Amino acid sequence: MSVVAEMQNLSKVKGGKRQYTDNKAGHIFLLPWTIGLFAITLGPMAMSLYLSFTDYNLLQAPNWIGTDNFVRMFQDERLLNSLQVTFTYVLVGVPLQLIVALFIALLLDRGMRGLAFYRSVFYLPSMLGSSVAIAVLWKQLFGTTGLVNQFLAMFGIEGMGWISNPDTALSTLILLNVWTFGSPMVIFLAGLRQIPAMYYEAASIDGATRVRKFISITLPLLSPIIFFNLVLQIIGAFQNFTQAFIVSNGTGGPADSTMFFTLYLYQQGFKGFDMGYASSMAWLLVLIVGAFTAVNFLASKYWVFYDD
Amino acid sequence: MIEQKTNSSRPAVDEDSSDPRTPAEVREATTPPPVNTYKPAPRTMVRAVIKHIVMVAAALVMIYPLLWMVVSSLRPTDVIFREPGLFLTTFEWSNYEQGWNALSHPFSHFLLNSAIVVLGCILGNLISCSLAAYAFARLDFRFKKIMFGLMLMTIMLPIHVIIVPQYIMFSQIGWVNTFLPIIIPKLLATDAFFIFLMVQFIRGIPKDMDEAARIDGAGHARIFFQIILPLMVPALATTAIFTFIWTWSDFFTSLIYLTDPEMYTVPVALRAFIDATGESNWGALFAMSIVTLLPVFLAFLIGQKFLVKGIATTGIK
Repeated sequence: MSVVAEMQNLSKVKGGKRQYTDNKAGHIFLLPWTIGLFAITLGPMAMSLYLSFTDYNLLQAPNWIGTDNFVRMFQDERLLNSLQVTFTYVLVGVPLQLIVALFIALLLDRGMRGLAFYRSVFYLPSMLGSSVAIAVLWKQLFGTTGLVNQFLAMFGIEGMGWISNPDTALSTLILLNVWTFGSPMVIFLAGLRQIPAMYYEAASIDGATRVRKFISITLPLLSPIIFFNLVLQIIGAFQNFTQAFIVSNGTGGPADSTMFFTLYLYQQGFKGFDMGYASSMAWLLVLIVGAFTAVNFLASKYWVFYDD
Repeated sequence: MIEQKTNSSRPAVDEDSSDPRTPAEVREATTPPPVNTYKPAPRTMVRAVIKHIVMVAAALVMIYPLLWMVVSSLRPTDVIFREPGLFLTTFEWSNYEQGWNALSHPFSHFLLNSAIVVLGCILGNLISCSLAAYAFARLDFRFKKIMFGLMLMTIMLPIHVIIVPQYIMFSQIGWVNTFLPIIIPKLLATDAFFIFLMVQFIRGIPKDMDEAARIDGAGHARIFFQIILPLMVPALATTAIFTFIWTWSDFFTSLIYLTDPEMYTVPVALRAFIDATGESNWGALFAMSIVTLLPVFLAFLIGQKFLVKGIATTGIK
């Protein structure tokens, strides 16, 4: 069961008062995790919630300033712009990546010869994609004298500095995200394999076309997997940082066109040492990601189909 | 008698024949019917060929930039700007020499730092996550449901909401510019994704064996170490490889905690290299990029099977 399905199930099961057979052992085995939960996760979360209402700058003790940081966020044009950049990246990049992943997975499915080889080739970029080295490569590929322009020149097309142009810089990063479609593809492939072949056979006997089979069999039966990929990729895309940082030398440029929300948060907190403001930004991010996930879960009732 | 029997069951027919049947008859009787009489119809063949052409083209587009980067790391920088092909006339090994020694420490120093961090994180994840996973998958204790729910939620929690206070906390105890802020959280099972992966795996192990061991008086520690742990090696391998790849490439945490060049891991070293050369030396920059990608590539090659399985089982099932 996937993380997503697991969470949907949690609310269904009811617990009652009873004896626990492994109470002591359970908590001993969980001790490292429990310490981590409080010391590394929940404690800092509470702390950052407090800091988001202060003007803490690492040097002086924090002063309570109420909701000033939150008011400031909605007047901060650069922050609003960074939200727009991030939303564009998520709302265009994730669906694009998933469509490519699903398309290739569909082609690869059904016992294609050389499947293992193709799968490796498509999977590899998603393992490398988050590294600084690939961001370096991307910077060259889409630079003024980059590989893309060299190819365009062969066809007599004059390219441009894709990364130095504010209109196209973000698109190159969206493309980089699409390039890493391998890991959702692997999940799609595993999901496709779970669909019983007899459904397709029965449909063939009834004279269903390929498109018909895709719409009536593949899509509904794959919808939990599509949902799972959607939720995880959206959460991941919101947190993207490295590529924008490297491609823009940490500036989010040109003209703030690659200023992801996380990059702006980093600049405020770890360059400007405005820890209070950075904390309030972090909580805004949690709220946004949480809202997206919640909407996803709510909407899933209308399009995700569970067999069991 | 036995000899004869084996003889006649062989598809090839012997001349010396005590067998009354004709060779053709024997062949027919002994040769198994052809297993695969299926011949693809021309249309399906055409479709398969087109499919392969599409796939090869797509694979090429995906992989070409990587191949080009490898080749370009052996070219002088001015050639990189005008040669989109993959053909090499000379090998500019000096790119690697230059890149290796471009910063205050040789690149091997950063590779070693990264290796230490990665090793620590792998050990941390293996130990802490397997303990937690055993509890969640097999034991019955108070607050289990709440804790499990919290664990699932931490998978989805953006790291940014904890990084600021975490940084303040770790800097107050003097851990900035050590590897501890990266390794210690793993020892405390904060990579919940792997707990989840292992829970899935342990749930798939039949309970008979631990129940039998329990009847024989084995405690949970023994069941965990002697039964569950050996059986969950594939899940441990998946965890180790994913941890390797993700930690090796992790830029954000290193950027925040490791500011002293002495302590740089590979991603921050590469970034410092970009700052130092200002992209004037693409050849050397590519060379060092390849050096940093190589371990990930090797881990991918070796562990691919586990990666595919791991990601598939956490995704579905």
